[in-house]
Parts: sequence; structure tokens; C-alpha cells
Amino acid sequence: MTSFDEIYSKSKSRYQELESGNKPWIRIGTAVCGEAAGSKEVVDRIKSDLRSLGVDANVSEVGCIGLCYAEPIVDVIKPGGPRIFYGNVNPDIASEIVKSYVSEDDYRPDLALAAMSESDVDGVMNMKDLPMWSKQVRVALRNCGNIDPMEIGQYIATGGYAALDKAVNSMTPEEVLKEVQDSGLRGRGGAAFPTGTKWSFLARSPGPVKYILCNCEEGDPGAFNDKGILESDPHSLIEGTILAGYASGASNGIVFIRHGHEGPINRTLAAIEQAYELGLLGNNILGSSFSFDMEVSLTGDSYVAGEETALMESIEGKRAMPRARPPFPAAYGVWGLPSNINNIKSLSYVPEIIAKGGEWFAGIGTDGSKGTAILCLSGNIKYSGMIEVPMGLTINQVIYDIAGGTPDGRKVKFLQTGGPLGGVLPDEKMDVELDFGAMSQAGAILGSGGLIVADERACAVNMARLLVAFCQYESCGKCFPCRLGMTNLIEILERVSNFASRPEDLELMTNIGQNMAAGSLCGHGQLGWNPVQSALKYFPDDFSAHMEEKRCITGQCAQQITTPQRTRSRWSPVQLLELKV
Amino acid sequence: MAETREQHDQSIKDALMKQNAKTVTVLSSLLAIQDSLGYISGRAIDQIASYTGSTLNDVWGVASFYTNFRFSPPGENFVEVCWGPTCHLLGAQGVLDCVLGELGLKEEGDTGDRKVSLKFNTCLGACSQGPLVSVNHKIIGPKLIGDANPKDFQNSVVKIISDLKKG
Repeated sequence: MTSFDEIYSKSKSRYQELESGNKPWIRIGTAVCGEAAGSKEVVDRIKSDLRSLGVDANVSEVGCIGLCYAEPIVDVIKPGGPRIFYGNVNPDIASEIVKSYVSEDDYRPDLALAAMSESDVDGVMNMKDLPMWSKQVRVALRNCGNIDPMEIGQYIATGGYAALDKAVNSMTPEEVLKEVQDSGLRGRGGAAFPTGTKWSFLARSPGPVKYILCNCEEGDPGAFNDKGILESDPHSLIEGTILAGYASGASNGIVFIRHGHEGPINRTLAAIEQAYELGLLGNNILGSSFSFDMEVSLTGDSYVAGEETALMESIEGKRAMPRARPPFPAAYGVWGLPSNINNIKSLSYVPEIIAKGGEWFAGIGTDGSKGTAILCLSGNIKYSGMIEVPMGLTINQVIYDIAGGTPDGRKVKFLQTGGPLGGVLPDEKMDVELDFGAMSQAGAILGSGGLIVADERACAVNMARLLVAFCQYESCGKCFPCRLGMTNLIEILERVSNFASRPEDLELMTNIGQNMAAGSLCGHGQLGWNPVQSALKYFPDDFSAHMEEKRCITGQCAQQITTPQRTRSRWSPVQLLELKV
Repeated sequence: MAETREQHDQSIKDALMKQNAKTVTVLSSLLAIQDSLGYISGRAIDQIASYTGSTLNDVWGVASFYTNFRFSPPGENFVEVCWGPTCHLLGAQGVLDCVLGELGLKEEGDTGDRKVSLKFNTCLGACSQGPLVSVNHKIIGPKLIGDANPKDFQNSVVKIISDLKKG
């Protein structure tokens, strides 16, 4: 059995060879955001150009560094030269970069986005001064865009799995649990439950088989950070999961991902395999007496599958419908065995917390919300992407200072936060701090970290209608207040946006919404009223214009909305019988 | 050439046996068959039930729940258009309307000649690049086509779709 020190020194020397050896190192972001912008074509061009010019260079496909607005991003470091990031690269620009900088010495300031170096590079902005980068504190995202997610050695060389080695060989499970409790880490999936407390429930449950479930269902439109982490740095999650297992005495980990997201799935599968090869997973991890296994479980298209009890049903291969609680997962989870469900982001913090100590993590952020917030910025915004900033920054700072406001300087009208159930937050409320308590007081939840910005061209009625259409489409149908309530709400909102509302509609909607909140098992029905309620609260003028003056202020409602006209009960038994014949 | 019943049964069996999941369930089997055949046939339901030791009702129940499963062979090409909130704000409705118009469809479904199957998607996972469409599982955003403005993007998408229809 090789010791961790041996693995580390081997990885380290190989990584140093890449970073400061005698060959240029080209890194290209090929996460899904890069792919949608054309990074695969860029990779192909760079490889063929290197061949035809006869230049010897290392090429790595890395994940998402978070500056998605500038994708595809190519990042070149040369022996003795600065590390330069090039943004908005297409195949032709890629050829220019290879010709000028990789094979010769002209780093092309005209094409460069920024330089990551101690000293300033003439004519290129330093990364430290880039608005989207300067305020970031990268803990869970520390490796994203820097290392090749398919190479475990690069993760180990940059400090990975050292926390695991430290934990299993020199700390007791109680000490690991205490570090996480001291860190004040709260769940990043939406409910913000203290992670350490959750683990302590599982630690008290009887073994020997107990599960750590890693939730990457991430159906929230506008949130792509869980998939981003798996695609850019899957080993952070794997190490965090093993540590969670060690602290709570669990034996198995399951990463739960929606099928079809090939990048995150393939990279996680490869990472798990590599971790097994090095003895970081399996029996007697790193020579200790602790054993832990991990696998990937895929689900079909269902938003509610991300709810913790529905997720367990889905892992068991059933319909993703929530269970009644109690019993809670720590007592009766997947396959009836004790389970603990954490979001990908929460688990990805853990290696750094163990490596640097709970106190260090607790030093970042606010009193009620420790650490950083991992946010996804999208919509009518200048710099879209995935960022990690300390808790306690205001939303205004995020939207204007970091993300540059709207692309064409239009006024921001509202922000849609925390997924479709999170509601909308108007511009004048955006001085609220990134803090679980402050955000929910303002009527918006931080949720999974998706921030969708809408400028003044957007109509609040239109957005409420779209969000309810989403919630209706995705209702699992188990609780009738949610199943029927969503359908009624969408009918009423369609009336409102077609200027055919009835006088009693506002009262009716409120009534339905309150009943949904009272009579549903899971957050989908309980919070399903949120988008309409917050739109009504903050944009009463939009509603009264539609309902009384029969017009839409922005004109957005003049266009018909096409949404899927079906629900989960779209197949009647008779239809199914017909299909079978 | 139409597949015989025996061949069909064999491809279902192959897909079931070769599935990648460590823990085999009804759902993992359905996903494996959808991936390899493109749809869930009645024969597949039978085989999954006996393979996983479940009832036909259980398998139908799971298959009809998840919206990605389809029960008839898909068209030659598979197009998805995202209608999630981010893409909506960035002009997804315009893209949807163009795609529906070009395919001569009123809602998601297959074209009469079975060249193209259209599905609405709630999130393709690259919101920062919206509005997004996916053509044969390749995600396409405005940047990939080299245009930033919504009108040009719509036109490019229509062009791609009309090529699919011809090809």
C-alpha cells in the first residue's frame, strides 16, 4: 500500500512539470457553458494547429472558471511567461493565439481578457482588477477552471485529499464532526439547515450500512453551480462525501444526478473510478480502518426528485414523490436505511474546512450565515457566470459591482432568486445582504444560488405566469392542493395576462395559494404560491394594469406564451393500454 | 428494414444487461432502454418487469411519471428548446415560435415525416449562455453561431432545423 505522501509527491512533481516545465500549457474551459458557446470547436482547432505548426504543448480540458460571459475561454501559461486568459475565443482567434503566443512570444494584448500574475503584464488587465474576479473568495470553487477534472493527480497536487488523509489517520470521527459544527456551515440546497447538526443525527443512527446522498438533481432553472462543481472539480465533492461518511459513520455515498447532463455524469464517474484506483475509496481508505463506497445514481426528468424524500424514492427506482416525515431520513432513508442528504455545494466546502479548520471558515461571512455564497448569474446581465463571494455582500454589490448591471444600461426591474419557488425581489429591495435570514425576511430565498436578473422590459405578471407554468408542469401530483392548485393558478394567470380576468380572481388566487401552502407535503406545494405572492406584493401596478386597464405596461403579454400543455398525469390508463397493443 | 420481434427483444435484453448503473432498479433499466432504443416499447415494459422482479403496473407507473420517457420511436433528429425563466427573459419564446412554425407543429411532438422530434426543456444547464436549444444532444447558444442578437439567432436556428428536415 502506497502512503498518501508518495501519491502526493508523485502528483506534485507531475503538476509542477505542467505549470512551470519547459512546455506551454493550454487550458480550455469545456464545461457545458463553454460547450454551448463553442469550446469543442476551439479545442479541435488548437490541437490541429499545434500539430501543423509542430509545437509541443500540453493541452487540458478544464471545467468552468465562472466567467461564463467570456466563454469559450482559453488560458495559456508559458515557461517563464505570464498566465494569460483569452475570452470569447472562436476557432479563428484560437489560431491567432497559437500562432502568436504559443509558438512565438507575442501575448496579444488585443485578444487577452486578463492576466493572472503577481506583477502587471503590459497592456493586459490583471485578474485581480477584473470586476467579476476581484471580490471573489473561492473555497468550494477553488479548483474550478484551474485543474483538469479528469486527472486526480492535478487535484491531489493542489492540496486535494490531504484533508481526508489527515482525518482518517489522525482525527476521530467526532473531531471531524466538531470541525464542521464549529465552521457554522449551513446547507446550500435551499433549507439552510446546519450541516454538522444533520450529520450528528446520522452519527447516532445504527449502522453498519448508512448512506450519504449527494444531491445534484438541480432542476432549478437559473442554477448551474452543482453541475458546475461536478463538471469542474468532482474530487472536491468526492472528498467531502468521504469526510461526511467518516464523521457520521456512513458506509456508502450516492451522487444523484439528472440523466442527460453528460459532462457532470461522465466526469464524476471517472473521478470515482480514479479515487478507487488510488485507495481513496473502498476498503481501508489510506491504510486506516475506515471503508467507504461511492456510486452514481441517475434520475429521469422530474423537478421534485430534488426534494430529499422524493430523491430517495427515485434512487430506489420509483416515482419521485415525497414521503411523509417523520420518519426523517436519518432514521429511515433510502432502502429504509439511515441516510443523510446534502447539496453538492455544502459537501464541496468540507475538504477545505477540515484542512484549514472550522474557525477559519466561520471567519468568512456574517453571524447567521458563515462562509461564502456560490451564485449563478444569468438573465439580462452584463457578466453572467458562476461566482463565489463572502456572505454579507449586498445583492446590489453583486449585481452592479461584480456583474456590471444590465448589458445595455436598462434599469433592473426585479431579481428572481432561489429557483422558481423563490419569488421575485424588486430593484429597491436589492440592498439586502446575502444572508439566509435577511434574504428570507425580504421575501426571497437564497435557495440554491440562482440569481436571474430581469430588466424593465419584463412584466411581473408574465414572469409569475411562466414560473407557475413551470411549477404546474413539475408538480409530482401526490398532494391534490398542489396538483390542482397549480393548475387553477395557471388558468387564472392566463386570464390575467390575456386581459380577461374576473374581479374575484385576486382573492381566489390568494385562497388557492394559502391552501396549497397548508396542504402539501413538500416545498413544491408549500412554496408554490411564492412567485405569485411576491409579484403581487411588489408589482401591484402590473397586475392592476392587466386587470383593470386591460393592458400590459411592458407589452410582453401581447405575445402568447407557449409552455408544455401537459401534466404528469398525461397518460391515462386507456392510452397506456393502447400503446401496449 | 423493420426490426423483427426477436431482434427487438434482443436489443432490449442487451440494453438491460449492459446498463451502467451499479444498483439496478426499474428507473435505471428504463433509462438504459430509452438511451439505447430511443423509446420505451410495450415489450420493454414486460422485460423490465421480469428483469427487476416488479409488476407491469410498477414499471408503467415509473415510466409515465418522468417526462423524458417516450413510448413511440423518436424521429430521426431530436430538438429541444429551453423555456426556463432565464431563457424566457433572453427571448426563448421567439425561438420556440420560430421552431414550431418551421416544423409545422402546435406543441412538442414529432413531425409527420418523422424527421424531427421536438421537446420543450425546462433547463439545459447552461443558463449563462441563453437562450438555448439542443440539436441531437449538442447544446447551441447564440455565441456558438457567432451572433449576439436575438433575431439572427432565431434565423440561424430556423436554418439548422430546415437543414434537418431536408437531410
